[in-house]
Amino acid sequence: MKKSQAPDAGRPTPEDSQWPLWEVFVQPPGAEPHQHVGSVHAVDAEQALQNARDVYARRGEGVSIWVVPSSAIVASTPDDMGPFFDPGNDKPYRHPQFYKVPRGVRL
Amino acid sequence: MKKQDSSAPARPQNDTASVMRPQSDAVEYLLRLGDDRLVLGHRTSEWCGHAPILEEDIALTNIALDLVGQANLLLSAAATAENAGRDADALAFLRDGLDYRNAHIVELPNGDFAFTIARQFLFSVFSMVQAEALQPSRHVDLAGIAAKMFKETRYHVRHSGEWLLKLGDGTDESHRRLQDAINELWCYTGELFLADDVERRMAQQGIGVDPATLQLVWNAQVGDVLRRAGITAPDVLWMQRGGRVGHHTEHLGHLLAEMQTLQRQHPGASW
Repeated sequence: MKKSQAPDAGRPTPEDSQWPLWEVFVQPPGAEPHQHVGSVHAVDAEQALQNARDVYARRGEGVSIWVVPSSAIVASTPDDMGPFFDPGNDKPYRHPQFYKVPRGVRL
Repeated sequence: MKKQDSSAPARPQNDTASVMRPQSDAVEYLLRLGDDRLVLGHRTSEWCGHAPILEEDIALTNIALDLVGQANLLLSAAATAENAGRDADALAFLRDGLDYRNAHIVELPNGDFAFTIARQFLFSVFSMVQAEALQPSRHVDLAGIAAKMFKETRYHVRHSGEWLLKLGDGTDESHRRLQDAINELWCYTGELFLADDVERRMAQQGIGVDPATLQLVWNAQVGDVLRRAGITAPDVLWMQRGGRVGHHTEHLGHLLAEMQTLQRQHPGASW
């Protein structure tokens, strides 16, 4: 199965001559999972963390920040969508909701 | 500190431009605290739209907002202590340079990025240490403001300190620019720790902090970062002073002209 990275993910290109790119994930208050909120440019991890704090965490959005170099992100491609996701959608018996709960059984 | 004779002609007394009558210690002290941050906040805000990279533009304007927010609280406290019908806005926008009580270091022009960051670091370490020491203040409002200031300024120290290390230990050019900046700034650092009777009385009453007591900690923290950045502090024979009694550099007038022009032309204007 083909793994894919966006071409030159995170590396400076002629179009983008800025510092390496990092993806930012912020955890909202309430022990919810971290959410992807965007990206920042930075030269190292400490600067990425600070930039993420300055750009994405100034309005009470979060209690925790993760930053990850964009080049470390491995993503499925649009081509993968068919084989990856469609088979799950036409087999309702894979989902718990398909089954009627017998009378008297407590969930 | 010896009072200086003024050889300037007596200034006319009017509502907006009068030289303030000598104020109580509390008002003087709060103005010093507030003016430092208001002027530095304004200087830092001048980078908006001009920083080398977008993220740094946002970082600097965040710092400026923090500083102006602190100034707002401190000047409000000063206005309350003054009890003369003025509020923080009146103090910020209708006082002339002679009535401003900030130290010289915060009114200096921004210069290049190295100068800005170096000045930010030198002042922020002072502000952080000062805020920490002010937390037990007997002045309830000031203690609360100090707690907020301490949290915010720790981040300013972290941010500017990181940059100092990157610039000092970076390229030949970044190192040279940073060393030049420190050489130029050093003679303005002494004023931050200069105590006069106002501060001493405030400290005695448990309200303020004698800034002279902060020098050693500041020396240690700043010295550590400069060393790691490969930067040496210059030997300085004379430390600039005078800001605490309203004697400023030639830069403050221009800064206030820009900062105050809107309020002066359209008194009472608001968003």
